[in-house]
Amino acid sequence: MATAFPFSAIVGQDEMKLALLIAAVDPKVGGVLAFGDRGSGKSTAVRALAALLPKMKVVAGCRYNCNPERPAEFCDECRARAAKGALKSAQVPVPVVDLPLGATEDRVVGALDLERALARGEKAFEPGLLARAHRGFLYIDEANLLEDHLVDLLLDVAASGENVVEREGLSIRHPARFVLVGTGNPEEGELRPQLLDRFGMSTEVKTPNDLASRIEVVRRRDEFDSDTAAFTATWAKEETKLRKKIASARERLPSVNVSDLTLERATKLCMALGTDGLRGELTLMRAARALAALEGKSTVNDEHLRRVAPSALRHRLRRNPLDDSGSSVRVDRAIAEVFG
Amino acid sequence: MTAGLAWSDAVTAAQLFAVDPIGTGGVLVRSRAGPVRERWMEMLRAALPPSGPLKHLPLHIADGRLLGGLDLNATLLAGRPVAERGLLAEGDGGVLILAMAERLSSATTVHITAAMDARETIVERDGLSLRMPARFGVIALDEGLDDEFAPGSLGDRLGFHIDLNDVPIREAGEFGMDRAAISAARERLSALRTNAEQVEAMCTAAATLGIVSLRAPILALRVACASAALSGYPAVEHDDIALAARLVLAPRALVVPQEQAPEQSEPPQPPSPDSSGDDSADKDNTDTDRALDEVILAAVQAALPTDVLAALRTSSARSRGRSHGKAGALQKSNKRGRPAGVSRGDLRAGAKLSVIETLRAAAPWQPLRRREAAASGELSRPHILIRKDDFRISRFKQRTETTTIFVVDASGSAALHRLAEAKGAVELLLADCYIRRDQVALIAFRGSAAELLLPPTRSLARAKRCLAGLPGGGGTPLAAGLDAAFALSDSIRRKGQTPTVIVLTDGRANIARDGAQGRPRAEEDAINAARQLRAAAITAVLVDTSPRPGASGGALAKEMGARYLPMPHAEATTLSKAVLASMG
Repeated sequence: MATAFPFSAIVGQDEMKLALLIAAVDPKVGGVLAFGDRGSGKSTAVRALAALLPKMKVVAGCRYNCNPERPAEFCDECRARAAKGALKSAQVPVPVVDLPLGATEDRVVGALDLERALARGEKAFEPGLLARAHRGFLYIDEANLLEDHLVDLLLDVAASGENVVEREGLSIRHPARFVLVGTGNPEEGELRPQLLDRFGMSTEVKTPNDLASRIEVVRRRDEFDSDTAAFTATWAKEETKLRKKIASARERLPSVNVSDLTLERATKLCMALGTDGLRGELTLMRAARALAALEGKSTVNDEHLRRVAPSALRHRLRRNPLDDSGSSVRVDRAIAEVFG
Repeated sequence: MTAGLAWSDAVTAAQLFAVDPIGTGGVLVRSRAGPVRERWMEMLRAALPPSGPLKHLPLHIADGRLLGGLDLNATLLAGRPVAERGLLAEGDGGVLILAMAERLSSATTVHITAAMDARETIVERDGLSLRMPARFGVIALDEGLDDEFAPGSLGDRLGFHIDLNDVPIREAGEFGMDRAAISAARERLSALRTNAEQVEAMCTAAATLGIVSLRAPILALRVACASAALSGYPAVEHDDIALAARLVLAPRALVVPQEQAPEQSEPPQPPSPDSSGDDSADKDNTDTDRALDEVILAAVQAALPTDVLAALRTSSARSRGRSHGKAGALQKSNKRGRPAGVSRGDLRAGAKLSVIETLRAAAPWQPLRRREAAASGELSRPHILIRKDDFRISRFKQRTETTTIFVVDASGSAALHRLAEAKGAVELLLADCYIRRDQVALIAFRGSAAELLLPPTRSLARAKRCLAGLPGGGGTPLAAGLDAAFALSDSIRRKGQTPTVIVLTDGRANIARDGAQGRPRAEEDAINAARQLRAAAITAVLVDTSPRPGASGGALAKEMGARYLPMPHAEATTLSKAVLASMG
């Protein structure tokens, strides 16, 4: 595989980078959507994230990346093997699975293993992309152009955390919990509202317009293209630092406190914006907590809420398709009101 | 810029592309098919190394062929899945040629651009999961007329944009391509770097020219390196930077660089190459940094045709809106229909065999069939025994897309009466179109002509902006408005989509087709234009916005075969409901 551009070498785009880091710290935040201009480094950032994630523990040989520490969530195969004896575990990189636009449904959900059927006349299940993405990231480039039937399928699995396959006489279910990461250019079509809602955070990406950062972007890209190895080596230290930061944030996460006052603030903010349902509050809290963990704090404060609110709430406002005054502006206004 | 210069730039672009096809991305050739383009392509072929593949990508290529998939022949022979490389992977290390790039579907475009970005293709199809290297340069042949353009996301990734439409064949002289020099340049390329000053200058120039995408300066720097490699310089020189700016930045320029002198208040004169050359020479010895900037801008200015300069000045306010309706063009891909399951069936003409499902259906029976075959004494039997019963046919559901064309009368008479109300109604209808995932287009007519304000798009924000910015006033060229609607409907039909026309007017035509004033002729022309729509059986709704809706509007609707709706003296909601009801 081609070497990814180092995450820490990406100039600007702080909101998108922060959202991705938050998702890396707490997958429960529920996915990141990055929508914006062409050539503003959306895909670059997602691919860079893959190289940054600390390794995870899986049951050795499990095709569904089961977590050996959580027997309750085992797939059928692991359950059967666990009954026979202790399972071995292994360290693997967190999967960042590409869902390419031309993917066929059988590869996404899994289907009959053709090779075994051909060679031995056996019926066996060949897991698809959803199985591979379990406990990792599922990345859709140009998410707004994804075919409708694939979108429906993803919505279903993302909601239930489980992939159910009923085809060709096979009846399989396996856990499929993944962080959905989507990028796209709004000029080429908008995202279906149902899919939009599945993303925990949504960020707007713009090409930097100050000259200094534009020059820096071009300079780094040029260096990377002309000597990838040297460039990656230069940034290796920063990458390691960031990787450690994610790992320690993950450890700290369960112990981060959210005071009642902060909770109240979050609720007020959501009420002021009129977001539907409780998903907004929940995401806001989780994102703020992940941010606090990233910064090494033990309690969530207003500043954390303030920083994650735009990406956590922007896409949840009751949408008036004709109101282009910008949802970001509305969020900012509400933040100013609630926090004074 | 003269035709001769345009041609010599095109030749230079071909040479530099041949030096670094992958780094420079490719060439967007805007030209009708013809001898000039042929000659250019011949030269390009002569410049490219003979070893690399040169693949033609047909316009309506199936995803399977583009990305790769299951090779049926080999699979049947081998008795195990055998992957077939797609065209993108086959083009690795060479060049892909896209003919009729302006008609490229969004799905195909995305696959190509994704492969260009990642330099590999990822295949998740037909039970296969493969990664294959796909490093290639792209020649996109854009034959679009007027408002048809190659997809913007593709153009953004192609370094060179050349336009051969105005190059007569007598200007298109033959240039010998020195393949040896080019391959020597390829060798030198890896040692060449641009320095910080050059990077900065290129970015500054791109920003000054209003180019938003950062790919432009990045590609320009690659082109500068290729240029230095070709001239055999040990380092990238000012000349190379200037050439790269001229070839890469100039065709993307959206803003005319303003002269630095503060006292000069009038817009810059279209620069002649001489004068700008003098300028840069003057300041050359004061500040090298400045000088490089100006070398670049001078090079770009010289490359901008004078009429474009004039046009840019007037339209620079909407500099970011250079989308050329590609949003609409891109979205026509949905008509390919989506798979709606697979069913057992015969292989008739037009039926599409679903290879994978057929094999799957056959697979479990293989051991059994082998035994049967052995028992009946068949000796030379294939590895896989497929029976007619196994054939599975893909079914596709064609989703017909609707494009709603709003034709808004923005003339003085309408503006006086109820333009604001009409706008309100259109906004509400837009919201409905959004819910139904329709595309919308907006045509306005006023003064002496009709204007396509918004080509078919699904971006509601753009539609709303267009509508809000629509001024009122002037005559009522109703015929021109209806003609424009008819032309657009026709082109939408040809894309396999369904047009619906909604006309909002007070029906008081007073400008004829040829722009002449006078009510009788104008009305006659409007009736004729309306009949075209009826003859083509285009679904239409005519909303009469005059204060006293009357006979003239009704008659026009009848000629148009349209549903006639007098705009009630109520709020826009009522109107939008009425229109929706009549559209079904």
